[in-house]
Parts: sequence; structure tokens; C-alpha cells
Amino acid sequence: MIREIVGMVLILIGVTFDFLGVLGLVRLPDVYNRLQASTKCVTFGSAGILLGAFVLQGFTNFGFKVLLGIVFIFLTSPVAAHAIARASHRSGIKLSDESVADLYQQDHELKEE
Amino acid sequence: MNNNQKIRWRVVRWVIGFLGIGLFMYWNFFVYSALIYYKLINIMFFCMLFILFRVVFGPTPADRIIAVDILGVLMIGLTALLGLIYNQSFFMDIGLIWALMSFIASLAYAKILEGRSLDD
Repeated sequence: MIREIVGMVLILIGVTFDFLGVLGLVRLPDVYNRLQASTKCVTFGSAGILLGAFVLQGFTNFGFKVLLGIVFIFLTSPVAAHAIARASHRSGIKLSDESVADLYQQDHELKEE
Repeated sequence: MNNNQKIRWRVVRWVIGFLGIGLFMYWNFFVYSALIYYKLINIMFFCMLFILFRVVFGPTPADRIIAVDILGVLMIGLTALLGLIYNQSFFMDIGLIWALMSFIASLAYAKILEGRSLDD
């Protein structure tokens, strides 16, 4: 009984985080802001859903596959996000007008001097 | 487009957004009657609609790449919910393979966007 309640609460939190992250992906003004909002889908959104499924199912065949999925997306998704951010900054996509500082650009200029 | 028109267009966008999300949530939780898993799957499909908006109308190529990457992450959660409904474990195999292909594809897209070739 307690296990089902905890699992359902984790799944609800996960779906809520997914929805908010996707709302940020649509609303925010810039590539980098959108990337920062949409990686929240990973760390508590889909991982929350998978953790809830693991709590509901226990140590069965399904449960071990779900744990494997959590480890997999925690390893791969930050790598993809970092690669996309670096590539988009190097290919010359501008920041939005409201942004204050561009520290990556400043570091690059210091290194060239 | 002057300042007055810009403010009017912003108000129209906020009204469309609130009406759309509110009507969908009202239909999903008060009209549609099914198990709770089916309602959660409806919310995930609604999220995928937003992601497809960003894929189609994204101003730069990086927006489209981010959207496709996040689509792969949402697909794992969707397959976990489907597996909980039907009590079958092979749905998670589909989700894992989908996430693997999405990861490799987003790395390749990032490499092409940076201007290097694939065997670099």
C-alpha cells in the first residue's frame, strides 16, 4: 500500500517536471536558456517516472531494466547537452538581447591573447 | 511593427496559451474517464506536441537539435508508463534502444553543426 502511494507520487512529480521543462523549451528566448530548461526533463522528469516504476514493480525483470535506463540517461544526457551547447556557441549563434555576460567568449579571447 | 502592436501580440499569445493548456487539463482530468496511467500518457503526448512546435518553427538549427534530443528522453518515460499499463517488460527495451539512437544522433548533429566532418 505504502509502496504504491510512493510510486504514484514519484510518477506524478516526474510528469509535472516533464511538462514544465517542455513549457520552458517553448517559452524561453534563447538557445542556451532553452537547453538549460529542457535538461530539467532528464534529471527529475523521466528519471522520476522510471524511479516510480521501479518502486511499483520491485526487483523483477521490469525493475532491473528500469534501473538500467536510469543509469543510462544519467550518463548520456549531460554529454549530449554539453556537446550541443559547445557546438552552437562555436557555430556563431548569438545570445539573446537580455543576457548580461558571455563568459565563454571572454575566456576564448583571453586564451588567444 | 511598432511597440503597441508588439504588446497586443504578446497578450494574444498569453491568452491562446492559457486557454489551450486549461482546456486540455480540464478535458484530461474531469471529462475523460480512464485509468490514471492513460491520463499521464495524454500529458506526455501534449508535451510532444510542444516539442514538435519547436522542431518545425525553431529559428536556429540548434533549437531543432535540442528538441529532438528531449523527444528521446521523453520517450523513455512514455515506454515506462506503457510497460506499467500492460505489465510487460519488453517496452523498456524499446525505450533503451530509442535513447541510445537519440544520443548518438544528437552527438552527430552537434559535430556537423560545429563544422567538422564525421570521421574527424
